[in-house]
Amino acid sequence: MALHFELVTPARLVRSEDVHMVVVPGAEGEFGVLEGHAPFMSTVRDGAIKVYRTENGQPEEIQVQGGFAEVGANGLTVLAEHVEG
Amino acid sequence: MASLKELKGRINSVKSTQKITKAKQMVAAAKLRRAQANAEAARPYAARLAEVMGSIASKVVVSENSPKLLAGTGKDQVHLLVVANSDKGLCGAFNSNIVKAAILAAKDLQAQGKTVLFYLVGRKGRAVIRRNYPNAILASFDTTDVREPGFAEAEKIAAELVSLYEAGKFDVAHLFYAKFKSALAQDPTQLQIIPVPAPKAVAADTGAVVEYEPEEEAILAELLPRYLRTQLFGALLENQASEQGASMTAMDNATRNAGELINKLTIQYNRSRQAAITTELIEIIAGAEAL
Repeated sequence: MALHFELVTPARLVRSEDVHMVVVPGAEGEFGVLEGHAPFMSTVRDGAIKVYRTENGQPEEIQVQGGFAEVGANGLTVLAEHVEG
Repeated sequence: MASLKELKGRINSVKSTQKITKAKQMVAAAKLRRAQANAEAARPYAARLAEVMGSIASKVVVSENSPKLLAGTGKDQVHLLVVANSDKGLCGAFNSNIVKAAILAAKDLQAQGKTVLFYLVGRKGRAVIRRNYPNAILASFDTTDVREPGFAEAEKIAAELVSLYEAGKFDVAHLFYAKFKSALAQDPTQLQIIPVPAPKAVAADTGAVVEYEPEEEAILAELLPRYLRTQLFGALLENQASEQGASMTAMDNATRNAGELINKLTIQYNRSRQAAITTELIEIIAGAEAL
């Protein structure tokens, strides 16, 4: 019961880990991705991605700019041009 | 025959040259490792983006309403050659190889009756192109004040190219850079960047229907400039690795040549020293016999 989450920038692979849920600020509204999400593609507006490692844990926020999210069979991949932290 | 003093001076000067080339070789070797690591770190992003581009581009039909970056201006008259060079020398034929490839392509295009313009990145190669095509340099990008061109530079170059493109200054853009194969081989490569050639769609049809938000066209319009930036960034990184590789090889050769020259000069020096001693001895003996 885990979602594979990858955050990639042009310079490096920032994250590649299994998490519980990720909330992404999509261009047309925030969306949360859990394991088994249907294939989905969206652009991401500048903002914070919230990563929930466990179901009731505190989310970790990652600021991204110029992003793009893709949900496929192998989890969620966020391509971002700039990542803070 | 050069005098002993002259020979000694030459040996010393070659020795100090060798010191420089050796130092540069070692610096290049260290930098090459970093540049290679950078190029490798950039690969996942480029691969993912190309994949996404491929799957979207295969769903969108190119029409008049498609973004200009994908569909082109409808003309094929003015070609812009983006030539990426380094700022520093001491790297063998690295820069001249890229420039040569660009000039060859320019001649080819001109033979077909097209107009050729240049956009230069980096300091080297500017002089050669300016001499060959005095009025064809549209703009150039200065990288002398950054230590190593990174994504920020790629972004600026891409933004400038897109604005020039939208102003109708050119119809097609080609990028010239050196692809890094190994420290010994760097291939000058030509790549069409504008209009963006649609990446080949990966035939990984999983059967699942992918949902898009916003719709495909809007995503594509946003992805195109990003794809361009990524390609420029990749080329800059490849160029850096190539430059260091070429520099390492060239400096290795130079160090070896200097060593050979030192050996040759040393032998010559010792020979003439011996000859001088022999002459002196003969003179002394002859003088002693005359008494």
